[in-house]
Amino acid sequence: MPKDSGIGASSKRREDVRFLTGSGNYTDDINIFGQLHVHFLRADMAHAKLNGVDTAAAEAMPGVHRVFTGADFEAVGGIPCGWLITDRFGQPMQEPRHPVLAHGKIRHVGEPICAVVADTLAQARDAAEAIVLDYETLPAVIDMKAAVSDSSVKVHEELTSNLCYDWGFVEDNRDAVDAAIKGAAHVTTLELVNNRLVANPMEPRVAVGEYNRSDDMHTLHTTSQNPHVIRLLMGAFVLGIPEHKLRVVAPDVGGGFGTKIFHYAEEAFCTFAAKALNRPVKWTSTRSEAFMSDAHGRDHVTKIELALDADNNFVAVRTETYANMGAYLSTFASSVPTWLHGTLMAGNYKTPHVYVNVKAVFTNTVPVDAYRGAGRPEATYQLERVIDMAARELGVDPIALRRQNFITEFPYATPVAVEYDTGDYHATMDKLEEIADFAGFKARRAESERNGKLRGLGINCYIEACGIAPSNLVGQLGARAGLYDAATVRVNATGSISVMVGAHSHGQGHETSFPQVISEMIGIPEDQITIVHGDTSKIPFGMGTYGSRSLAVCGSAMVRAAEKVINKAKKIAAHLLEASDGDIELKDGRFSVAGTDKSVAWGDVTLAAYVPHNYPLTDIEPGLEETAFYDPANFTYPSGAYACEVELDPETGHVKIDRFSAADDFGNIINPMIVTGQVHGGIAQGIGQAMLEGCVYDADGQLLSASYMDYAMPRALDVPFYTVDHSCQTPCTHNPLGVKGCGEAGAIGSPPSVVNAVIDAIASGSGKAVAHIDMPLTPSRVWAAMQ
Amino acid sequence: MYAFDLERPTTLDAAVKAMAAGGQPLSGGQTLIPTLKARLADPGKLISLHSIPELKGVSTDAEGRICIKGATTHGTVAAEAVAYPALAHLAARIGDPAVRTRGTIGGSLANNDPSACYPAAALGSGATICTDRREIAADDYFQGMFATALEDGEIVTEVKFPVPQVAAYEKFIQPASRFPLVAVFVAKFADGVRVAITGASETGVFRWAEAEAALSARFEASALDGLAMDPDHMIADLHGDKAYRAHLCGVMAKRAVMHAA
Repeated sequence: MPKDSGIGASSKRREDVRFLTGSGNYTDDINIFGQLHVHFLRADMAHAKLNGVDTAAAEAMPGVHRVFTGADFEAVGGIPCGWLITDRFGQPMQEPRHPVLAHGKIRHVGEPICAVVADTLAQARDAAEAIVLDYETLPAVIDMKAAVSDSSVKVHEELTSNLCYDWGFVEDNRDAVDAAIKGAAHVTTLELVNNRLVANPMEPRVAVGEYNRSDDMHTLHTTSQNPHVIRLLMGAFVLGIPEHKLRVVAPDVGGGFGTKIFHYAEEAFCTFAAKALNRPVKWTSTRSEAFMSDAHGRDHVTKIELALDADNNFVAVRTETYANMGAYLSTFASSVPTWLHGTLMAGNYKTPHVYVNVKAVFTNTVPVDAYRGAGRPEATYQLERVIDMAARELGVDPIALRRQNFITEFPYATPVAVEYDTGDYHATMDKLEEIADFAGFKARRAESERNGKLRGLGINCYIEACGIAPSNLVGQLGARAGLYDAATVRVNATGSISVMVGAHSHGQGHETSFPQVISEMIGIPEDQITIVHGDTSKIPFGMGTYGSRSLAVCGSAMVRAAEKVINKAKKIAAHLLEASDGDIELKDGRFSVAGTDKSVAWGDVTLAAYVPHNYPLTDIEPGLEETAFYDPANFTYPSGAYACEVELDPETGHVKIDRFSAADDFGNIINPMIVTGQVHGGIAQGIGQAMLEGCVYDADGQLLSASYMDYAMPRALDVPFYTVDHSCQTPCTHNPLGVKGCGEAGAIGSPPSVVNAVIDAIASGSGKAVAHIDMPLTPSRVWAAMQ
Repeated sequence: MYAFDLERPTTLDAAVKAMAAGGQPLSGGQTLIPTLKARLADPGKLISLHSIPELKGVSTDAEGRICIKGATTHGTVAAEAVAYPALAHLAARIGDPAVRTRGTIGGSLANNDPSACYPAAALGSGATICTDRREIAADDYFQGMFATALEDGEIVTEVKFPVPQVAAYEKFIQPASRFPLVAVFVAKFADGVRVAITGASETGVFRWAEAEAALSARFEASALDGLAMDPDHMIADLHGDKAYRAHLCGVMAKRAVMHAA
């Protein structure tokens, strides 16, 4: 019998009631009396020397309060990068200044140059057209390899080159890997592109800055996945506002996918301008602005070599990747191609020797940073593609080749510095074979061929490192922040509970799943528990939501805080029941004395805590509220096996995704329905990357895919009904819930199986074999590859 | 969007007079409104053709032609042009329900987007485009990308489609915009076959003379075997190069012949 509440129940998402009835409170719903509107004049050229800006005519336009330029921000800091990478020679990465508004130079299309603040948005836009820029166009640096090999044009003059860093991991493994590859019986080499993506959350970014002269308090309402991180970065590094004078509020947020982790110039601007003008200042991104100002994702160019011995055992993996940083270092940009990518290059396999080289490159493009999966999709894609290619070259079954090389004993220390605590890769592959109906594939292929189509089956495995992360470890690796999380469990007098969490929910369903955990622990109904998140004035200092970390890290903090609450409540109950607290048991919302029929209800104990008439005041304080900070001992390692079946029209190159199956191991699961939904969404984005989405610049740095007319998002018709299963569960060994995280799995695990399936389909036809096609597999690319 | 005035005449006469005074006609606005929102146009005055009853409706004339008034929406054509199934089917697949509820045949033909669907039907059927001042044969009407025979202020009042024996419209969509990457309208009349292609050419919708000749001789998909479209004037963009579009012209033309009904 499925449970109807608590851990393991598919409780309906309570937040959906307000989302689906138009009652959500998004940042753009916030309008403050006296608020002004800002319009950013953005660069329409990729690279230029900016000699001057004439704002006089604009400032004289109706309704305009002030036009800000880069000169107004000379006295404040630049937008900071949150992770210092040390290169393979022991040197720190090159870290250019990132101004709030362009000053002296323009470095990418979409970079904000001036900010016009006016009574209405239309007035601000009108005035922006009256600004005169004095600039000289410079050649644009777009291609990464050219940017590195030729430093005659530099994105940043103050740097020695366009290379941010040249990172080797593990550098000490380099020689051993080279030797293993040299001595291998077979080496498969694959060069590929992991295509640049635009995240496209349904809600665009918004910022509303406020300043209160009476108490010198700044407030920023913003579309963020982590309000405390924004407070820390913007307050300490950009504007110099002490934390007790800065409140950051991220109310309902309509999707983030990573792109709302980062601190953006527009947030700093609105906060700064609100004080300068003593009026609230609001900015709402248009969809066009989002394409050229939201941090992009992926954009790696990689060469991977997989070496096998004569028995098809993997002996070494060597990779060389060029990772696009764009024109500036976004908040976590430097960590994505390194620690979130290199550490996953062992995959699910016991390859003894692995070496990863990453060259991060500045170009005249929008900054690139974490996007759903962040580094792990890039690792998974290249590894699972090269394994499939090796199987094809060797004429062996791709599943058997994977199974032969699976890690089977845990904990397992990889050659790329991480230790997998648990997993069972054969179990998820067994489950995949069952749910994907591999047995019926032959008949389905024959049917497709009768209709003039080609059918292909592609599979892949994935492993990811989630629950980011142990702070002491990431500190050693260059993180400039701790990555713990925090929760406060506040029990109210009548027994209801408010839980203030550092995690932020922007689609993940925390408001539903977190109460399930508390309900299970205490035995009171879920609707007696409310989650409070997204406001630095209400919640403890937590690090927010990304990297599939909310439940594994913040959920663990919540469990620890709830344990403290229960321990204290047991002491109160012991007093009320005149028993020893060691004999008190809590079950179904009642405290009882073990072995007796004496009991007291949860609500009576909580009332006693706040109305302490009969209370052990000499031993314990009144009240019932506890906070816990939780710093994980390790990452968590969700894993799984995915299968994609495609039908390809050889006349047009059109590929239809016909079936998609996913067998995941997320450890323990709190709400299976929400987990299924997360997997569905992740797969849709993975199919989007594999089949449709491509962010493309021309050689001059113009963004060609700057709207939905040219940037293809997956729609309902582009994806099949998914078959997903998460019954394979090897619980995480080091967090109290045994959970691993599920938010990114679908996006990490799906692109390789899609591409593997298309390659398989082409191979089944009578035409020429195709070794590889770069994503997105648009009809024109597939058709061209087949010619 | 820049500020503009809006006029909403309720008769064709009033609309013609309003146009004479200067202004931009608005008939559905599925291209014009996004253009205005992006501040790429500043017409000053819009004259809406939406509230003119005499510009709406689908009928059949004495010659058996399907006659569609200029401000008739795609959704209405899809529902009411049943006597010309290929045309109704084409209208039913333009854009999405929102587009089909606002967009009009007159607006589409006046704009003549090189990737629009209606131009293929009009040219492929040998339709007649009627305006407030004359009748124009489709062969004379389409004059290149976004270019038509319309003069300043001229309003498309009606489009008259001869109904072929069989016809079909085969569309291969551009994955992002869902406009035709290449789409082919094939219509078989008693006196010959017409083949019109949209989405493919830098010069807008065009007729494929070689295919028409081959199909007029023998109306079978195999009649197109060996015919190759010259890639020279094809569009090349993110979604397909010249060779791919030229290839798709042949594939889609054959499929249209196979599906003609």
